[in-house]
Amino acid sequence: MRDSYDCIVVGGGPGGAWAAKHAAENGVSVLLLEKDREVGIPVRCAEAVSEKGLKTVVEPQPRWISNIIEGFVIVSPDGREVAIDTGKERGYMLDRKIFDYDLVQMATMNGVEVMTKAYVYDLIKPNGTVQGVRVQHMGEHHDIRARIVIGADGVESRVGRWAGLRTNIKMKDMESCLQMTLSNIKVDPKYIYFYLGRDVAPGGYLWIFPKNERVANVGLGISGEYARYKSAKEYLKEFIGRHFPNAAVLYTVVGGVPCATTLKKIVADGLMLVGDAAHQVNPISGGGITTAMIAGKIAGGVAAKAIAEDDVSENRLSQYARDWHKAEGKNHERTYKIKQAVYKLTDEDLNKTADTILSVPLEKRTLANIFRTALFRHPSLILDVVKVFMTK
Amino acid sequence: MIEVINDKCDFCGVCVAVCPVDSIDLFEARIEIKQNCIDCMLCVWICPVETLAAIEKLQEVECETAMIV
Repeated sequence: MRDSYDCIVVGGGPGGAWAAKHAAENGVSVLLLEKDREVGIPVRCAEAVSEKGLKTVVEPQPRWISNIIEGFVIVSPDGREVAIDTGKERGYMLDRKIFDYDLVQMATMNGVEVMTKAYVYDLIKPNGTVQGVRVQHMGEHHDIRARIVIGADGVESRVGRWAGLRTNIKMKDMESCLQMTLSNIKVDPKYIYFYLGRDVAPGGYLWIFPKNERVANVGLGISGEYARYKSAKEYLKEFIGRHFPNAAVLYTVVGGVPCATTLKKIVADGLMLVGDAAHQVNPISGGGITTAMIAGKIAGGVAAKAIAEDDVSENRLSQYARDWHKAEGKNHERTYKIKQAVYKLTDEDLNKTADTILSVPLEKRTLANIFRTALFRHPSLILDVVKVFMTK
Repeated sequence: MIEVINDKCDFCGVCVAVCPVDSIDLFEARIEIKQNCIDCMLCVWICPVETLAAIEKLQEVECETAMIV
């Protein structure tokens, strides 16, 4: 480890790894700091990703994929299962331990240096400009300087806060999540399941994502608006008790997912935020692997150029914010509007919608078809959603 | 006042993310509530595993105010 680099990336998840890789690829020196002792652990994720999405950022490797998903089933509040045909579009269950590890390894092949168990506790920020980080590593404190710091430090983004960015989120948009990896259960590994309803997961959903026919990630997210009355833990305990009473729990993990639009400001002098830290998450699904990698790639490229031009001002780095907005940010804003419309649906609305969809034969149950049918039968239910599409 | 039960904590950082006054420090295996805490309870409510607990019950009015922040 040196005492200065062109660029320091805080956080070794997919967003951080991709930012580091692309900065290094464009010719600058990069140090990646990971607070845990190993990249990829603990896995704080339900591990499902769309094949199409992943392929936009990286060529999928067989060792990352524990299971291939061919369709999904939505379970209405009154318990009816609505299968949706996704056609040729498939999903992957990733093994995030291996996936994250490999992404960082790929970054190192471009010359990125990595330090694990490196706990960043502050920024070096004389007269307001970020110029590096303060790190605790193996009982020692180090000041490491950099022209640009990229904060890919997750939902809590302390880096963003230290830099003075407003990273707060409305309680309604923060999903309080808990997941257990269950074994000794029986599931169809071809399908992922989403359970909806106030009693199951208010303001969110419960998921069953199978790794194989005997093991699945079972978890839920509830909106912060409802978490006040009953915790995610209580909801999940009840569900598992009802549906998988004989399951063994192999792993339990906790997390928060920011289901909002991208933060208004994701750059400052000498600083950029990437991934969950910037709220670059699909506001309906809560998925953020692919989007974090898209953002990381853009951020890394802009960082390298800005350093080469010797201008790391907020103004220069805002190219990242603009490019992100063009690539994904706009889409997120639209998805957020749909989320707000869906959020308003009552359990009764959802049950009625299930009725409608179930009247469509399975082989015709594509998302577009469902949308048309629902529009025809229950126009009021999805009026808000339609408005969103019309005003796009 | 908010009490932290570190034994329950998984260090996911969701409490840090919702705190309106940046009052929570997340260390390697420990969280701490700083002096500037306004007892708004957001961290208590958002925690998926009930790591944070309110020691005193607060006025409902104050909670509602915090919700809007």
